[in-house]
Formats: sequence, structure tokens, C-alpha cells
Amino acid sequence: MATHQSTYEPKSGFEKWLDERLPIMRMMHGQFIDYPTPRNLNYLWTFGGILTAVLALQILTGVVLAMHYIPSVNEAFDSVERIRRDVNYGWLIRNMHAVGASMFFLAVYVHIFRGLYYGSYKAPREVLWIIGVLIYLVMMATAFLGYTLPWGQMSFWGATVITNFFSAIPLVGQSIVEWLWGGYAVSGVTLNRFFSLHYLLPFVLAGLVVLHIWALHVSGQNNPTGIEPQTKADTVPMSPYAVAKDAVGMAVFAILFAWFVFFVPDYLGHADNYNEANPLVTPPHIVPEWYFLPFYAILRAIPSKLGGVIAMFGAIIILVFIPWLDTSRVRSTKYRPLYRWFFWLFVFTCLALGYLGSKPAEGVYVTWARVFTFYYFAHFLIVMPIIGIIETPKPMPRSISEAVLGKKGNSGARVSPAGAAAAAEKR
Amino acid sequence: MFKIHKSLGAMVAAGLLAVTAQAASAAEAIKIERQSWPFSGFFGTFDKAQLQRGFQVYQEVCSSCHELRRISYRNLAQPGGPEFPEDAVKALAASAQVEDGPDDTGAMFKRPGLLSDPLPKIYANEKEARSIHNGAYPPDLSLMARARNTENVAPWYIHPFLMLRDILVGYQEGGADYIYAILTGYKEPPEGFELMEGMHYNAAFPGHQIAMANPFAAGDGQVQYQDGTPSTVENYARDVAAFLYWTSDPKVEERKRIGWVVILYLIVTSVLLYIAKKRIWSRVEH
Repeated sequence: MATHQSTYEPKSGFEKWLDERLPIMRMMHGQFIDYPTPRNLNYLWTFGGILTAVLALQILTGVVLAMHYIPSVNEAFDSVERIRRDVNYGWLIRNMHAVGASMFFLAVYVHIFRGLYYGSYKAPREVLWIIGVLIYLVMMATAFLGYTLPWGQMSFWGATVITNFFSAIPLVGQSIVEWLWGGYAVSGVTLNRFFSLHYLLPFVLAGLVVLHIWALHVSGQNNPTGIEPQTKADTVPMSPYAVAKDAVGMAVFAILFAWFVFFVPDYLGHADNYNEANPLVTPPHIVPEWYFLPFYAILRAIPSKLGGVIAMFGAIIILVFIPWLDTSRVRSTKYRPLYRWFFWLFVFTCLALGYLGSKPAEGVYVTWARVFTFYYFAHFLIVMPIIGIIETPKPMPRSISEAVLGKKGNSGARVSPAGAAAAAEKR
Repeated sequence: MFKIHKSLGAMVAAGLLAVTAQAASAAEAIKIERQSWPFSGFFGTFDKAQLQRGFQVYQEVCSSCHELRRISYRNLAQPGGPEFPEDAVKALAASAQVEDGPDDTGAMFKRPGLLSDPLPKIYANEKEARSIHNGAYPPDLSLMARARNTENVAPWYIHPFLMLRDILVGYQEGGADYIYAILTGYKEPPEGFELMEGMHYNAAFPGHQIAMANPFAAGDGQVQYQDGTPSTVENYARDVAAFLYWTSDPKVEERKRIGWVVILYLIVTSVLLYIAKKRIWSRVEH
């Protein structure tokens, strides 16, 4: 929290010398060692750390892949195959990077829905939330650019479809698309610039993550009760408590990650992307990667092209306004008996849109895509403002420590909250 | 509020029924039967003899039209593949004439193939291939078993479970299943089926019209197996599908082997970290 002072004490002469010139160790100690974290964080809160780790892994594997990858129309597909076949452990690095993109989105979706459920976007965390939405946007751009690079059929046609969205903009649309392409169609020029941007954006992402963590450490973490920590009894130092929990979350997530990397590396991709890009052959179904499917369904649900593009981008931009659309005084959905139903309906809506996005845009699939698109927006624009006003929240505990210790019963033998905090301080 | 809730539920339910009906009516999707392969699942490894037979089928049948450019001779002798004896592969490579150069005078020349050379090219380019084959292009087969897949044909509410099943059992042999289905899918067209000129009926191919003629038209005995395996079309299809599965991912055995070590390591690490976390948190009530 903003008021938190680092308890760092330089031990060696060098540390003292450095501390007087650049108090970086003092800052790191204050932000990541004795930083107070709510004592009731559950495992859903480990996904922030998991995401940071996945980003680091993506950058690491990406840098190695870039040493072997050739961004040219004639070489791109072959160079990826050489990485899979001839580079030492190239198959491993490439699988980690490709699966890593999916795992990144999986983790970010858990992270976002956790934020939605526990009201982590509410004051004073609006800026933290908005930076998160920006991170999500840049992630999507990076993933899209990266998927183009292997230059398979889906890479090529995906790039064609997505860049064509911009042609829906009146008057200047076509010029913008040609400017993006660097020509009159997706070509080697496009591939080259996409590679350049795909290498650039992860570092933008890393910068945004720093801002995200900064904003987080100003307002402090939200927690399952949605009640701000009031006394020292409500928090524990980040190290070792939150760190120990994060480590468990990360290791378990790594099992899932490894499962895909080693046993079903291509499950999350498209078989068609093992066919080299061919501008003359359109695949029977052009489908984006799974993490874009809900937005793809929204795009195709709207009968007009421009309308579809607006709805699709709107579906992401609307997230920025959630802090003000939600009128409830209560943060955590745990204490919101009515809203809880709508939260899960919203989760179902996103899954349904994902399923519909993978289906051809015809018949009843479109009808249902429209129904769920309607609910997607209605959830934010109608449900959130209205429920917040009419709902009677459940009684809430007065503090985090009451929520934690109250349910444990009255085992007198246990240490009091104050004692526990003191014990935690001593470590 | 509750009323709205209820009617919404009814609406959702009614619509879901409609989706199911639609899915059933649009059942043009062809169901590809899944085969049981020696390399299926996460313990599966290649049957070397099968891969060797598969290579024989490729050499004697497929290679008259299809290239395998991403495979070099050396791959045929490497661990995790057919593992032919290196001398035999060297001799096979040497039997091919490979263009090399330019030499010191600037001229290109032919030399016997080496282990490092890719399997021979058949066509100068796609145009030549198409002109030879009446406009059809026999694709390179190196990645065929990755570039094709089977699809789960099921109503929407079954889909999540099928996805979960495929992830849990590590299903990744869709391409091999597809190739097997195509190679054994040549049948007499059903009554009244309009076959376009130069096309062949195939039960497994999308649209049932395939440009490739039945490669095993001569039937059982077309390829003579040396190892006592019955020389049947069924076996040719199975063996060459297995071989092409290997060419599509020559590292698959290494991948699974390392995978188990990694997964076990991570499970042990997770348990240790969990115990550590328990002990650390036992100092505070939570």
C-alpha cells in the first residue's frame, strides 16, 4: 500500500553504499518482501504471478526462436520446420512458445474473471483495471501478429481477414489496410513488418505490466471479501506467505502447461496451419485461435461489416468503463446473491460465444451468436447498473480478519489476530 | 426479478434445442474412425518394423507422385524413426543422383546422394506437377499427418467432454487416422452419385471426390513385405500412415519421453511446494 514503508536494512558495506546512491534494494524489499498482502487471498490470486512468469517465458523462447526464424515468404514456413526438426531442442522451444500463447490467454481469462467476480475494478483500482485492459489488447495484437509468422494457411488467411476489418472504416478504410499491408494484399512485406512488431510488442507489454504492478502496489490487492485491510491483523507479509502460495499455483499451472507442450502440442492450433500459405487457395473454414473465438462470434453476429467491427472492438473497450457501470457498493460477488447468477450467466455467454465462433456463420448459429452478443453487452450496460441499485447485499464481515477467523469457530487456543500478525512479523 | 430470470432460462433452453436440431441436420461432416496405433497415447512408441514397411510402401507406391522433401536420408537412420542401418541408408542415398555445384568452372554437376541430402525432388515446381497430373497437385507428404485432422462430430453439449477426453488421453493421431481412412476409403460410388471427370470416389474425402486414383488399385500383394507381415492393402494403408506420422514429427518419441520426466518432476515439485506452503501458513490463522 502507498503508506507502506520498506523495512530494508542494508547489511554489508556495499549494500549501504548502493542504498545511498540507488535505493533499488530498498524498493524491491518494500514491494516484494515485506509488502502487506491480504491474509485471505485464494489461489485465484496466484494468476498475476503466473502471468508474469508466462510473459517472461514467451520472451525467452521467442528470442531463441527469432535466432532461427526467417521472416520471408519463401523461407518462413521452412524455417519453422527446420526449428521443429533440426535445431537442438527446437521442437521443445517452438512448442513452448506456441502453447505458451494459449496458456497466456487461459491464465489471463482466469485473471480477468477473478477480477470481475471479486470487483477488483472498483475504486480505488480503476487505473489498475484499465491498464489491465490495455495489457489484454496488446496481448491480443501480439498473439495475432505471432500467429502470422509460421506462414501457414491459417496464418495467411487469418491475417487477411483481420487486417480487412480496417477496410470497414468509411472513406479511409482501404488506405489504412493498404498501409498496414505495405501493398495491395498480405505479402512478404506484411510478414516482415509483422515480425518486427511481434518482437517489439512484448516489451511494450512488459512495460505495461510494470505499470500494472505499480498501480496494484499503490492501492493494494483486493481480496475475496472485497473489504480493504484495516489493521495489520488483516495482512501478512508478501514473503514468505503470498510467495509460498504463488509458488504452488505456478508449479501446478506448469503441469498443465507441460501437458500441452509434451503430449498435445498441436491440440490448440489448427491442422491447416501445417499447410504452407497459399494466396490462391482459401481454406474451407477460416477460424481464429480459440482465445479470439468469442470476439469472432460477435463480429459475425452483426449483419453489417462496420457494425461487426465496432461491436467486436466495443466488446473489449467496454471493459474500460466497468468501474463506473457497476453501481453496487459491494465489491465481492460473494455478498451479492442476485448478481452472482448474472455473473455465471456472463461466463456461460462467453463460453457459448466461443463455441459459436468456431462454427460456420450460418443458420441457427448466427441467431444464437446474436442472442449471446446481446447479453454480452447487456451484462455491462443494463445488468451491472441496475442490479447494483436494486440488490440487497448479504451481511458482510467487518474486516478481513473477522471473515478469516470468524468461520474457524471459537478455538480459544488459537492465537488472536494481533498475535498472529506479530508472529508473522517475526517469521 | 425472479420472473425475468425464469423466462430467460426458458429462452436459453429452447434455443439450445434448436442448435442441436441444426447440428443434426448439417451432418455432412464425415466421421473418421480412430485407429489404435502403437504410437498412440503418451506411452506409445513407434514400431520400427512398421515404419520400415511404411517407407517401403512410400518408396514403391507414393513416391511416384508425392515428394517427401522435409525428410533427409540421415533421418531414416536416426533414433526415434524407422532406424534403418546406416550403411543401407548410405547405399540408398548413393543410388540417387543429386545436382550440386556450381563447381570452379561455374557449372552444375551431378553426384551420388549423401546422408545429408533430402529425399529426391520429383517436380521442378508446382506448375510442372499440375501439368503432369491433369491439373491436380500431389502435395508433399512430409507434413500430411499434421496438416489433416479428425473432427469430433457431436452435439454442442457433448463437445466439452470430447475435448477434455482428447486432452486427457493425449490424442494427436488425427492425421494418421485421416490418411488411413483415405487410403482405405476407395469404394464404388453409391447409386446416382455424380462423379466429375478424372475424379475418384472416396468415402473419407470431403465431398467424396478425390483427384488421386486408388494407389493400391492392384490390391493385396502390390507391395511385397519381407518381414512376414501379410501384404494386404489394409496393412499398406496402416503402415504408410504410421510412417507419415513419423515424418510429420520426427521428434515425437523424444518429446513424450522427456515429457514424462518433466511432468513427474513438476508433480513432485508441486507437492513439495504445497507442503512448504502449508508449514509456512501454519504460523498464521487463515
